[in-house]
Amino acid sequence: MTAIAVAATINGEATSFLCEAEETLLDALRDRLGLTGAKEGCGTGDCGACSVVLDGRLVCSCLVLGAEAEGREVETIEGMALGDHLHPLQQKFLDHAALQCGVCTPGFLVAAKALLDQNPSPTEEEVRFGLAGNLCRCTGYDKIVRAVMDAAESMRDGR
Amino acid sequence: MLGGPLRSAAGGAAQVDVEAVNIRELLTGLGDAHPKLKPIIDKGVAVSIDGQIYRDAWFQPISPDSEVHVLMPLAGG
Amino acid sequence: MTNSETGLKERQFKIVGTRPLRPDGIDKVTGRARFGADMAAPGMLVGKILRSPHAHARIRSIDATKALVLPGVKAVVTHEDFAEVGADLQDVLENVMAQDKALYDGHAVAAVAAISAGVARKALRLIEVDYEILPHVTDVEAAMAAEAPVLHDDIVTSGVEPAPKTPSNVVHRHEFGHGDVAEGLAQADVVIEHDFKTAATHQGYIEPHACVGSVGPDGQGELWCCTQGHFWVRNTCAALLGMDVSHLRVTASEIGGGFGGKTTVFIDPVALALSRKAGRPVKIVMSREEVFRASGPTSSTAMTVKIGVRRDGRITAGEAVLKFQGGAFAGSPVDLGAMTAFACYDLEHVKTVAYDVVTNRPKQAAYRAPGAPMAAFAVESVIDELASKIGMDPIELRLKNAVENGSQSSYGPKFGPVGLVETLVAAREHEHYTAPLGANQGRGIASGFWFNFGGQTCVSLNINADGSVALAVGTPDIGGSRASMGQMAAEELGIGYDKVRTIVADTASLGYNDISEGSRVTFSTGLATIQAARDAIGKLCGRAAQTWGISPDAVVWEDGYARPAGANAGEFPPLSLAEIAETAAKTGGPIAGHCEVNAAGAGVSFATHLVDAEVDPETGRAKILRYTVVQDAGKAIHPSYVEGQYQGGAVQGVGWALNEEYIYGEDGRLQNPSFLDYRIPVASDLPMIDTVIVEVPNPGHPYGVRGVGETSIVPPLAAIANAVSAAAGVRLTELPMSPPRVLRGIDEAAANGKA
Repeated sequence: MTAIAVAATINGEATSFLCEAEETLLDALRDRLGLTGAKEGCGTGDCGACSVVLDGRLVCSCLVLGAEAEGREVETIEGMALGDHLHPLQQKFLDHAALQCGVCTPGFLVAAKALLDQNPSPTEEEVRFGLAGNLCRCTGYDKIVRAVMDAAESMRDGR
Repeated sequence: MLGGPLRSAAGGAAQVDVEAVNIRELLTGLGDAHPKLKPIIDKGVAVSIDGQIYRDAWFQPISPDSEVHVLMPLAGG
Repeated sequence: MTNSETGLKERQFKIVGTRPLRPDGIDKVTGRARFGADMAAPGMLVGKILRSPHAHARIRSIDATKALVLPGVKAVVTHEDFAEVGADLQDVLENVMAQDKALYDGHAVAAVAAISAGVARKALRLIEVDYEILPHVTDVEAAMAAEAPVLHDDIVTSGVEPAPKTPSNVVHRHEFGHGDVAEGLAQADVVIEHDFKTAATHQGYIEPHACVGSVGPDGQGELWCCTQGHFWVRNTCAALLGMDVSHLRVTASEIGGGFGGKTTVFIDPVALALSRKAGRPVKIVMSREEVFRASGPTSSTAMTVKIGVRRDGRITAGEAVLKFQGGAFAGSPVDLGAMTAFACYDLEHVKTVAYDVVTNRPKQAAYRAPGAPMAAFAVESVIDELASKIGMDPIELRLKNAVENGSQSSYGPKFGPVGLVETLVAAREHEHYTAPLGANQGRGIASGFWFNFGGQTCVSLNINADGSVALAVGTPDIGGSRASMGQMAAEELGIGYDKVRTIVADTASLGYNDISEGSRVTFSTGLATIQAARDAIGKLCGRAAQTWGISPDAVVWEDGYARPAGANAGEFPPLSLAEIAETAAKTGGPIAGHCEVNAAGAGVSFATHLVDAEVDPETGRAKILRYTVVQDAGKAIHPSYVEGQYQGGAVQGVGWALNEEYIYGEDGRLQNPSFLDYRIPVASDLPMIDTVIVEVPNPGHPYGVRGVGETSIVPPLAAIANAVSAAAGVRLTELPMSPPRVLRGIDEAAANGKA
């Protein structure tokens, strides 16, 4: 099998990697690049734990091939904080105790950021539907929804 | 007092009298008095003394006026 | 109830009861936290498992010749590569790797280690297994029938007279209770009896099982895995591989949910066996399909409940017959269902009968208060109907029969201080209880009980020279427990929360710790942490006494300082923990506190849930409109994580009640092994989940803590069933209440002229 050479921009950095033709973007990120923040919860696009943003669009990286990242921009959880400065969503997830085990948290944060990028003032219902592609088994979603609403408010206020 | 299946292994007795100052003596005495109970006890049982449940606590003292129950072992998630 | 009634001293807490950030928080919001599948080792191979496609089949032979010659394949293992084990682990071993029979769709029969996932997958297809397909059974009542195919020749039903002579799928019949049910029922004005069914559900943790195992030529092993109990994993893997326990070191990764499902082993011994054979580390990660087919869901059940009540609301007798299938091996949680079924009520006459049944399904694993939610569903549904029949408010009926301090429990012992009445009163006083309802809407209420555990626990607390504290615990953190432990250590030592760092130590660094199960961690590890802190305080006071040249008895510890006990002890300026720590090297060496304990005194707990549901009469779809959880926590150390347990349990209950279900085909194969077809609740299915934390202190814990993790899933099935039944206008007795079932219920009621 011949590996494919892929050049992509990952979290703002020009990055190149080799991957097999059938290898998912999720596996390439995790196994080739050491970016293990995205998780495989199902491998079938049902749980959202592998959420990344590809050219500005929220995707399940388990449903994208690594080779498809060629020439494109990928944003992962690892690129969300600026140095030691957390993104407001990350801070609000901590403040609201919006995680228990934390395995779904990277996917939720990436999906929530994609939601707020499109809609800075979502209603509770919009948050719930915006995050309906992400499964959490620990929290019952209550504190996650509150954290996202609170983060949206603080981002609008420029805090 | 014996709970659940321990009762039938003790020949249907819900209550049996055993001289014991701690849980180890209680379980040994029970096994001797009711040989059918011995394999169940060996597999593991819980003992409650005055409402407090103990697992594997041989030397937990039992006072003469204590209410003691031997229960099936518990498992949790 | 006040603290003085429970014997606990009134104590003003400084850190306990506040909501500090968790120590693992930053790692978890930045993607740095390392879970089971996030580990890699040099030279690591990929392990994959071959699974039976048949529900029940004799394995005539396994031929791996072709797989072994495939380039890149480094090892193949079957049951022959494991050690002989004692009776206590025989089922665990046989579940890890099939021996002479495959007992369910998904049962592991062989495994391969190869240089890549692709090669490993190819190798699996080259392993030739010769199966003799046998008849199968997956339904609990069908498995109990005389003509059912028998799974095990050595299971002969115990607990029935006369003792049967032939094997069957019924492992045992156990009976619990006291009094005379017939006599009690004769005193009743109204008696209601119903049959109930619940489907098997999966714990549904988002992180599939994952591990990296390594055994060197010297026989020394290491294992990295996601588990609720790495000490138990170590002991079990060592036994299954025939190793000394001390030759295997297990490190618990961050764990992506467990809920009981990660209290056993599936892949860990396989990775170690492959590694031992290949001489290289082996990583195994389950796919979601494997998690559904081959890890442990909980039981499916068939139950009958009969309860009698007088017009004044006094329950005269309760009886339940519970039949739980626990998959291919003995050990369904039916006894726990039978012990907890009527635990909320103070009954003179109560009897529960428990049948443990095996079927051709994966071996069940513990799921959050194992056995209790199903039993509570049946009992609380009948209670609800009795209340409506005698025209009494359902909370009032429960209050008239609720257990209190001194009541004899339905499973035997007398209760100490318990908080059921407090949860019922708080629910009744909650604004939710009297809020208006619209058309096709109904309100349900139910209560529930769980024991909560203690168990073996071991903690080390090291005082560093700079006055910071390293706390090592041995119970994997599945819901924020490192924060709670840090709070309790800081509280006891009188220092800031940020001065304590809590870690989960590996199996070589601490004595044995029981699994993080049975809602035991905040209780047991918390108790051990407090004791370890007190041990350290004794030593800190000793150093201060030496420094001052007075007797250690003359030194007290207050708010983080050693002080002379009184005027007679002498006049010395207090010494802080940091000051004593700074000179520790000169005053006798490092200062540490330890606690090794088999913790007893876990307080039982109760909860009452309120839920509003709406049913669409056209489609049968039920929607949860409002949900309130009221539960006794004893003492909430970190209220946010207590609320999180309440909310999470309630929502798992929503899934169980409305959607989740293991569906088997005629061929005995699981039809829905994916999150698409096994649908757990998502954010858009739900409202906010309100919580009320009741605190009736547990006298068995220094701060009054009771376990909170499991009780929260006991009432929801019943509470939701009561709400949906009220909304649909018909009693629903089968879970999940998926749209077709609800619709059928509505249609049948209409046909019977009830609706």
